[in-house]
Amino acid sequence: MVIFDQPKDKPLTDDYIKHQYEPILPKKDEWPVVRLSKGRKEFIQQVVASSSEKIKNLTGNQVQALKEELEVTLYRERMRLKQNPWLVDPDDEASFWSRVKSSLLAIGVDQKLKESDKKAKYLQLLTAITQRYAEEIASNFKHSHYKMTRRIVTFGFSRLLNTSRVKGFKSIFSNQYSLQDKIQIIGETDQLRELASKGTIVMVPTHFSNLDSILIGWTISTLGLPPFIYGAGLNLFNIQIFAYFMNALGAYKVDRRKKNQIYLETLKTYSREAIQFGCHSLFFPGGTRSRSGTIESKLKLGLLSTAIEAQRANYQAEPEDPGKVFIVPVTINYHFVLEAPSLIKEHLNYTGQERYYSESDEFSTSYKISKFLVKFFTKGSDISVSIGKAMDILGNYVDEKGNSRDRHGRPIDCKDYFMTNNQVTVDLQREEEYTKKLGKRIAEEFHKINRVFSSHLVAFTAFQLIQRSNEKLDLFSLLQLPEEDIQLPFDDFSAACGKVLDEIKRLKEAGKLGIAPHLEKTLEEIIRHGLENVGMYHAKRPLIRTEDGHVITEDISLLYYYHNRLDGYELEKII
Amino acid sequence: MDMNWKKSFNARPIGVIGIGSFGAAIANLLAEKNEVLVYARDEAVVKAINETHTVKNRKLADKIKATNDPEMLCEACEVMFPMIPSSGFREVMVQFAPYLHPYHFLIHGTKGLSLNLPEGKTLENITRITREHICTMSEVILKETVVERIGCLAGPNLAKELLEHQPGATVVASRYNEVISEGQRLLRSDNFQVYGNSDIIGVELAGVLKNIIAIAAGALSGLGLGDNAKGLLVSRGMVELIHLGNAMGGGTKSFLGLAGIGDLVTTCNSTLSRNYTLGFRLAQGEKLVDITSDMEEVAEGINTVKLIKRYLESTNRRAPITENLYRVLFEDYKVEAALQSLMKYPIYTDIDFL
Repeated sequence: MVIFDQPKDKPLTDDYIKHQYEPILPKKDEWPVVRLSKGRKEFIQQVVASSSEKIKNLTGNQVQALKEELEVTLYRERMRLKQNPWLVDPDDEASFWSRVKSSLLAIGVDQKLKESDKKAKYLQLLTAITQRYAEEIASNFKHSHYKMTRRIVTFGFSRLLNTSRVKGFKSIFSNQYSLQDKIQIIGETDQLRELASKGTIVMVPTHFSNLDSILIGWTISTLGLPPFIYGAGLNLFNIQIFAYFMNALGAYKVDRRKKNQIYLETLKTYSREAIQFGCHSLFFPGGTRSRSGTIESKLKLGLLSTAIEAQRANYQAEPEDPGKVFIVPVTINYHFVLEAPSLIKEHLNYTGQERYYSESDEFSTSYKISKFLVKFFTKGSDISVSIGKAMDILGNYVDEKGNSRDRHGRPIDCKDYFMTNNQVTVDLQREEEYTKKLGKRIAEEFHKINRVFSSHLVAFTAFQLIQRSNEKLDLFSLLQLPEEDIQLPFDDFSAACGKVLDEIKRLKEAGKLGIAPHLEKTLEEIIRHGLENVGMYHAKRPLIRTEDGHVITEDISLLYYYHNRLDGYELEKII
Repeated sequence: MDMNWKKSFNARPIGVIGIGSFGAAIANLLAEKNEVLVYARDEAVVKAINETHTVKNRKLADKIKATNDPEMLCEACEVMFPMIPSSGFREVMVQFAPYLHPYHFLIHGTKGLSLNLPEGKTLENITRITREHICTMSEVILKETVVERIGCLAGPNLAKELLEHQPGATVVASRYNEVISEGQRLLRSDNFQVYGNSDIIGVELAGVLKNIIAIAAGALSGLGLGDNAKGLLVSRGMVELIHLGNAMGGGTKSFLGLAGIGDLVTTCNSTLSRNYTLGFRLAQGEKLVDITSDMEEVAEGINTVKLIKRYLESTNRRAPITENLYRVLFEDYKVEAALQSLMKYPIYTDIDFL
């Protein structure tokens, strides 16, 4: 079977820099994540104290409000236990909450207790709950596991890669291709390395596939950076192989079922304290994988706000030498997302309705994941990871020394954003607005550093042409058209691709997006490359060129998914 | 005045940038409770304020001081009120930008729009005017400076009445509660009420767009028409404001408050309003150039009509009052003819925005 049918003499490679990065902190004892795991116990205590304090303030320090908060939490937790139990839930979950229930009742009916005693008891209960949450959330980083995982990922994937490229069983021992040929890291890598030793990095990547976290983990390690911590869905820990990887990569656990305020505050406090501690962190700010295939434009702001809080807290705690937080947007660019068919289906099902989060089942067992990984690395076409320019917590670019700069290059003191009357003040409403602003800036940067591939170009153009020729249909009716009724004359398609390509190049000149070097080829080559690669290993191909010179689709929803990658650039006005 | 502001003030002064009639009124209001430092470009104006406490025959409170040095103003003040016409707003912000820091609060009082075109483009050679080409003043500040905590003043604030200490009120709008509280703390007095609103874009647009209707109201009076016509105009004008305001990112509610209805009713009935006066004189047969040349300060409505007309064309929206006013202002259309075409305009729904 021919897997890579690209012309051998002139491969359509991207010119990326393939080089060895020295680790910036060679001794593992210096890694923040190692220091954090050594002081795990104290760290958790700090998170508990800090989040209990926050809840206390949120309830206005009123006994009644505190009591209600506890009751609501209890109610929701018992509902969760009943309706949505998971394998990872600890065995004593039910007994813990029934103890909370009886304590709550006992405090409530005790006539002899004075108001202040009651309050003390409620606070005790609050601490017990945050303690339990914090223990659950806390990551369990083990250096030996990390080393092992890195070896598995690098070794395993490189072998798979060589088998597929050089072909033949013997090539499993070949070193001709390394992972860096497969996954190209481009962009501001040097700045990222530089800043990682000057402050705390919060990396925010786009999220299209479950592979992303492993991909980013590998990228971080390849760039010689110490491991980052990140929040991973607790459901992923249901699967043992994932649990192993996640723990090794410094993941802490996020349980999407728990929506009560005490849990959310504990989670945010954990993240904030870790950033303050100096742990580089990773957030997928879209929250979950992009269902529609568009680049995230509305970001989940919950965890992002902890970066801002941590920065402010650093200014308060260490006025002399405050640690600086750097936000680094990253986009991951693929020709092919394995989960695309189920993602887009889910997107279309839930559009216009309240979305209920349910993990789709292609990742439900270790076996399926392994199969996926093998498929991905042996078959999938190239991937690139673009590292964006680092920004401060308000979205201003920072220079190589980590100083924030305004549009005219004038230095800005970030501390000033938190100042009133000459001192740093805490104002949560202000920080909420700053978080929104940062979210907008990140989305803007995503669009700028997004790297257009040939496959994005052809998918976008083809779907637009189909939409154009069925102008009377709304999106949903369009997606229900029988695929055999759709065909585009190749010449029209090619001409439209040319127009879109010109506009993409113009946008690139204006710094509004990035393009893969293969887009510098002739239009004919680009279109061929695009058609070969777009969603290349789906059972039904989003685009095919037929013998008689037409372009057809086997799955219009998939085509729509890949088309969406170029949404938001107003390219539709060009065709 | 001494470069070191600390010698001249007991506490940090509040800054006022620009000292036209509204600037003067705000400076006086601020001076009731605070030290005030005014920035004026013109040396003679600075001198007049510092020596005789007057500006263009308006009396300023004795404790108001003035400077023409932006750096010193930014150094001395944490809170500043830019009170400059929209035509000069961007230029002044660019001039101040090097001295501004993220700890500054800027609360502006300008009810106008500013064009934001790509380099080399002008209103004449650009094909489409979209929302991103039109900035409210808070957007200009965001674009040109590092100041984040921005507010605006809007509402029925006829400068002459404020200068006479008549009772009145204003809206301070900002995304930041702390900016609203600061604005309220600084401005509120026995005779002056200050409301807060978090929809700054809506409030800015309400103040800006109502000028269009004010010109039209003046024109109706200039034709000698009565109160039925005025009532018709004000209510249809309101619908148009909300239609335009929503399209440009403002919330409906803001148009129903002091900055919307409050200001609209005031300016549509007041000979003290420049925009109203402009419309009145147009209807009396005067030419636009002649009217603008003998007005002391600009009527913001003229520029607003021009920008909004272009915006409408590019976005396929209709706004009959604005469109007809444009023809009167720039295409020598008779006010009577514009009125006729409005009366024939095929919209029969009273309210469609709630």
